[in-house]
Amino acid sequence: MMTMITLMRGSVMKIHGLSSASRCLAAEGGVRGLSSSSGPRVCIVGGGPAGFYTAQQLLKARQDAAVDIYERLPVPFGLVRFGVAPDHPEVKNVINTFTQTAQHERCSFHGNVNVGKDVTIDELRQAYHAVVLSYGAEGNRSMGIPGEDLPGVFSAKDFVGWYNGLPSNKELHPDLSFETAVILGQGNVALDVARILLAPVEMLKETDITQNALEALAGSKVRRVLIVGRRGPLQIACTIKELREMVNLPNTRADMLPADFEGIAEALKDLPRPRKRLTELMMKAVKEGGDDKAEKCWGLRFFRSPVEVLAGADEKRAAGIRLALNKLEGSGESVRAEVTGQLEDVDCGLIISSIGYKSIPIDPAVPFDPRRAIVPNEMGRVQDTAGLYCSGWVKRGPTGVIATTMNDSFDTARVLIQDMEAGKLDLSVNKPGAQAITALLQTRGVRMVLFSQWEKINAEEEKRGKSLGKAREKLLDVDEMLKIAWS
Amino acid sequence: MSACALRVFLQRAAVMCKAAHQTFSQTRAFPQCVTGSYTHSREINTLTNSLRAEEKVTVHFLNRDGKRITVKALTGESLLDVVVNNDLDIDGFGACEGTLACSTCHLIFEEAVYKKLGAVSDEEMDMLDLAYGLSDTSRLGCQVCLRKDLDGMILRVPDVISDARVDSEKESSTAPPKV
Repeated sequence: MMTMITLMRGSVMKIHGLSSASRCLAAEGGVRGLSSSSGPRVCIVGGGPAGFYTAQQLLKARQDAAVDIYERLPVPFGLVRFGVAPDHPEVKNVINTFTQTAQHERCSFHGNVNVGKDVTIDELRQAYHAVVLSYGAEGNRSMGIPGEDLPGVFSAKDFVGWYNGLPSNKELHPDLSFETAVILGQGNVALDVARILLAPVEMLKETDITQNALEALAGSKVRRVLIVGRRGPLQIACTIKELREMVNLPNTRADMLPADFEGIAEALKDLPRPRKRLTELMMKAVKEGGDDKAEKCWGLRFFRSPVEVLAGADEKRAAGIRLALNKLEGSGESVRAEVTGQLEDVDCGLIISSIGYKSIPIDPAVPFDPRRAIVPNEMGRVQDTAGLYCSGWVKRGPTGVIATTMNDSFDTARVLIQDMEAGKLDLSVNKPGAQAITALLQTRGVRMVLFSQWEKINAEEEKRGKSLGKAREKLLDVDEMLKIAWS
Repeated sequence: MSACALRVFLQRAAVMCKAAHQTFSQTRAFPQCVTGSYTHSREINTLTNSLRAEEKVTVHFLNRDGKRITVKALTGESLLDVVVNNDLDIDGFGACEGTLACSTCHLIFEEAVYKKLGAVSDEEMDMLDLAYGLSDTSRLGCQVCLRKDLDGMILRVPDVISDARVDSEKESSTAPPKV
């Protein structure tokens, strides 16, 4: 019923920012009767929040613009579907506004198209007046330490992908038969992973977590999760909501090291309110700890960096992690961690590195900065490449919440519109848009998934979920998705 | 249906929807004014608009572009309802649809008005903490409901920047760890 309420709110809720006149005519995408239109045609690469918010703003700002969104998977929504934790369904309400955008008469969604492989950026640039790269960050930063490839070590990206049904992570099979798990990194993703590992199954069983993951977690022997950061409590990257959820997690207690918090109480009074409240909550957890009878525990560990994953006696899998102890140098914004030379070994059978996602280059024709792992750009205009723009994580790096990406995408759209109006993009040339790309893809044996076809996948997932008492049961297999989409 | 019976119906609907919602959501706190699902309040609004004309409240929004938008709205509506129902041109407002999962309905109140609004829940405070331009008189619009004594208030829509983590804190996340 929660899903129903959420969806009903969405369907009745007006899309914010689009005028009534141009909304809500269900459109079959791809080839449309807009071929006679001489308005700007824009192509967006990536069907996640960045892509949809960029599209939304473009459609609102220009009543003659047509926007096509290309997405590699048959299903849209990116990290809203594959990243947001299953027990945070309200965060996924943005899907409602994305759905309205996709159904806009001047917008069409094309799933199952791998840009860079099925079609090149240059081909897209020929067919459209402008191309916006919004394809996010599908890779992850590696720790760069020995033993990182041992069984039992996962990136948070893969672990989250596993419980959220990302097709490429369906065979992850993490072994949850160990008592202690260590997570490297202390951002919101790290806290999500900790919470999902320790949450009572009752909290998860009606969500859209995959059935595989639910069953694995139900049988999990993990009882203790340490969340490790290289700097101190005042530098922790998570936000208070996620920390509060850990503090309030049923049947768990907090296991912190008071020594990590030396000097923190004194620093409180000078902190801005958000940081102060976050720090106060941590200090409360240090002091109060929680129910001694709790079966499970979680703890933050500070001033520690991973230097080696230790193999077990059989040398076959991870059995522990070696951490280097740091001290902090500098102050304010430039606080950095420096080695002390001291080491600490922690026994654990599950290691999850949550130190950041990372964008990858998808087409050699597009400039890419390998050091920062983003597409080099000036306010969203890709360097040295007229008509090419970027928004979201591929533009700024993989940080921030959905609203951050929303504002960023609005910024890129505005810059693009500015360029149109300043004549920097030649709109006098008619561009064929989706018609040309669809034809091209057909010659290459690539068939697209239209938004109305995603809706069949959606309906099937909801149907399967209903029979399991869950919000939805995600399809894990791309071929199965395609079969249902094209049925 | 008499106005009295209508009011009872509304209250029952609100209680039912709130109860149903609470069994699924562990930490969601709805403001007192929420009258249940949006579909309920839509139907009721048209029916009761004429009945409740005397409970209209004028609200002024000072938008990011400096323009003032004035609307008349009903007591009981949240400020998010007001923005949505009147299709106000405020970019990105209310992304999570009033479920305390974002800070995009951040509004800044006049000090005297802010004091009248009452205590802020921890949950709202937690999300407000992520808002750019946080002030001492900031609230999330989805948690503030219109009352007669708020008639004529002026609300400022704060600017946004493209990073929710409040300015001061971050080190470049793309820099490798220096160990």
